[in-house]
Amino acid sequence: MATPGRALPQPTPETQHFWDGARAGELLLQRCDDCSKVYFPPRPFCPACASRRVSVAKASGKATLYSYVIHHRPVPGFTPPYAIAVVELDEGPRMMTNIVECPQTPEALVLDMPLEVVFEPQTDSISLPLFRPAKG
Amino acid sequence: MPHNTVAVVGAAETTELGVIPGLSQIGLHADAALNAMADCGLKPADIDGIATANETPVQLAHYLGITPTWIDGTSVGGCSFMIHVRHAAAAIEAGLAKTILITHGESGKSRVGAPPRSVHPASLNGQFEQPFGPMGPPSMFTIPVLRFMKTYGVTVEQIARVAVVQREWAGKNPRATFRSPITVDDVLNSRMIAYPFRLLMCCLVTDGGGALILTSADRARDFPTKPVYILGTGESAETPMISQMEDFTSSRAFRVAGPTAFGEAGIAHKDVDHLMIYDAFAHLPIYGLEDLGFVPRGEAAAFIGAGNTAPGGSLPLNTNGGGLSYMHSGMYGMYALQESVRQMRGIAPAQVPGAKISVCHGVGGMFAASGTVIFSNQAP
Ligand SMILES: [Zn+2]
Repeated sequence: MATPGRALPQPTPETQHFWDGARAGELLLQRCDDCSKVYFPPRPFCPACASRRVSVAKASGKATLYSYVIHHRPVPGFTPPYAIAVVELDEGPRMMTNIVECPQTPEALVLDMPLEVVFEPQTDSISLPLFRPAKG
Repeated sequence: MPHNTVAVVGAAETTELGVIPGLSQIGLHADAALNAMADCGLKPADIDGIATANETPVQLAHYLGITPTWIDGTSVGGCSFMIHVRHAAAAIEAGLAKTILITHGESGKSRVGAPPRSVHPASLNGQFEQPFGPMGPPSMFTIPVLRFMKTYGVTVEQIARVAVVQREWAGKNPRATFRSPITVDDVLNSRMIAYPFRLLMCCLVTDGGGALILTSADRARDFPTKPVYILGTGESAETPMISQMEDFTSSRAFRVAGPTAFGEAGIAHKDVDHLMIYDAFAHLPIYGLEDLGFVPRGEAAAFIGAGNTAPGGSLPLNTNGGGLSYMHSGMYGMYALQESVRQMRGIAPAQVPGAKISVCHGVGGMFAASGTVIFSNQAP
């Protein structure tokens, strides 16, 4: 589905750990040490209670398909039609992604279907977390 | 904020709407501003407050020859102008300015003198959404809808009906871009843009602008135009990232801005004669009707399907044809406000007979922000 040329993230000091994790094949979330909130996207404090005491933890990589569109217009790096999806991680947060190893059709993309993360290298420093139908 | 103490005395759109290659973005602002000043007999020297979005208030003040004592550059997408009205009403109440001009201009189609549209790759959107292939609102604003449809059992035919009903209103409006009647089949046979959204479920892309002039209700009586009073207003923000919206079936920003405005106005839903809900896409009136409390959760699609919002219905909605059929330059909120003002003045092309209260509800970004204004033509 993906071809060279898609938009790539430019990490900032607050998000570098996430992208380092993705390059190493780990989906990293943050968890508040004070109120236990697990959150995304990354920031060095808790969006629920403003505590700066937060830890980085590896997520299970398990998720379900929360919602999506199947885009029919050309975008650099993509061959339409392709799904732009939001998944709900088992840990709670949601994230935008693409669904791979799956036909990009309404019949194959069923809401709440179980998914698992895979990492697709884009450059030496950036791998993107994508999701595929769960295999077990 | 006390209600009924501030009024719209000047209101106008750009001389033309649609494709206007002869004016740049700031030229569209100025054309609308000059029309609004002419509408109420004012000159730039009479204006002491200015609010605008996309352009800065500094640009506008200089371009129009205005020396402001109050400026507001709130720029949070298409509802910025509802929020400007709210801020302007508070500023007039507080004595910070006496006569405030709010302008919008956008070369959405021709892109003359328009800033480039881009997402910085280091922003949160740039890092955590853009890499997955969205390209503008048609591919993102629509993402929550499959979840809404599953939650409430709403069908794509019901969402298509929204566009059909709005075209009925547009058919009554000589300035509407699209006026020919359409059917649900026409909508469902139009080009697929981003499943489940087809072309006719998405807004137009056009050029245009609009401007409003506000002053105190006391001074409003001295103007040649019929005053349109501001009863209540609300505003809020949620998230710049559609993926991080708390609830894909409801906008938190809507649920804050709408009730705030109703509370200020001291009115109930049954008091509302006319309603505008910013419709960049066909699902927005459905979300708006539910989040503003006009109908219970999950019932808005059936409410629209039953004809309640159509010509002759109990709750006339988007009577100019909306962003789906009237015009949509990108920041549509100003055109919704203009239609509410026309309805309250009694001069709308599809006039709601005897309408006394109009609710005008806007969205900014993609469920990112919201602003609500409640108007009345009844003197305080
Ligand atoms: Zn916390």
